Amino acid sequence: MSVFEPRVVAFCCHFCAYSAADLAGSMRLEYAPNVRIVKLMCTGKVDALLLLKAFEDGADAVYVAGCEEGDCHFLEGNLRATKQVDRARKMLEEVGIEGDRLRMYPIGASDAPSFAAAANEMTEKARQLGPSPLKKEG
Amino acid sequence: MIVGERKPFNEIRAMLEGYKKVLILGCGTCVSVCMAGGQKEVSLLASQLRMDARLRKTEMVLGENTIQRQCDREYIEPIVEQAGNYDVVLSMACGAGVQLLAEMLTPLPVVPALNTTFLAVADREGTWLERCRGCGNCILADTGGICPVARCAKSLFNGPCGGSKEGKCEVSLDIPCAWQLIYDRLSDLGQLSQMEIIQPIRDWRPSDSGAPRSIVREDAIGVSGEKA
Ligand code: SF4
Ligand code: SF4
Repeated sequence: MSVFEPRVVAFCCHFCAYSAADLAGSMRLEYAPNVRIVKLMCTGKVDALLLLKAFEDGADAVYVAGCEEGDCHFLEGNLRATKQVDRARKMLEEVGIEGDRLRMYPIGASDAPSFAAAANEMTEKARQLGPSPLKKEG
Repeated sequence: MIVGERKPFNEIRAMLEGYKKVLILGCGTCVSVCMAGGQKEVSLLASQLRMDARLRKTEMVLGENTIQRQCDREYIEPIVEQAGNYDVVLSMACGAGVQLLAEMLTPLPVVPALNTTFLAVADREGTWLERCRGCGNCILADTGGICPVARCAKSLFNGPCGGSKEGKCEVSLDIPCAWQLIYDRLSDLGQLSQMEIIQPIRDWRPSDSGAPRSIVREDAIGVSGEKA
């Protein structure tokens, strides 16, 4: 049986989390290669449907990474995203999918280590929980 | 507007038990504005139902559509044919919409995805407050524009009751006493003398305590089948 390699999707905002990801690369920080980044201008663009769709399309874990509180370049995009993440978590739980597969992270633009830590943490979380129940065979 | 709230997922799933092809039909008017049953909510519910079907290894064909209004025949007519391809329609409209849909789509079953709650104002983002009960005989002119039917827990016409305390209703400290609000507003309007008027015993027949109500407007009825 093949070893389970989680598929993790990260929705990152352009100004903070994605800059941190970029910096992590420049700093040659290692982090789980399971993470696929989707760049957004702002996490304010995130809505519950986008997050549910990521799971429908095969993600084992999903996280949204935006600016730290008070630092959003669009003022409150990150706060809006947090609410959408909470809503989507509830909707996942309603159908019996662990809400812990979905999370929000505040990551400052210069905080590459936090970016790497988030990627590792969510990958680890997905390993613990196993493949998304939506993917289980048979 | 009419506001509603989506039913818990388990309840919706139970109503769909045994059906394979489900058309989820949103309504583009009141319930869209109160974010309970518009296009976005149709997509979210569809996503949940798809996931649920996968988890339970059942087959479910889901259709999604949203029409402008489900309480108006002319908006339902164009989707009658589409609905015929499904085993059931899950309506995300208010109860009125669900019923007209059910009538027009017979013998197709139509089930509600929302609980219709009340007539409300959008107070601020994400908050809807009940303001009118459709009593059929509006007395807002006498009460400073504040409705004692909808906003007083006892629907008193000559309030306040003895439970009014520091501006709050005895039912809950979170609820302002409607009659305190009325008093304050009349005071602001310089119409406090209105408080002295004893409202006579109310004729509730125009309200929902009578039979199902209807309004027929001769001038709005078309001549020989034409629309007015
Ligand atoms: S008095 Fe009747 S019609 Fe007027 S706002 Fe109150 S419930 Fe509605
Ligand atoms: S306290 Fe005020 S709002 Fe509450 S029941 Fe009495 S009169 Fe009505």
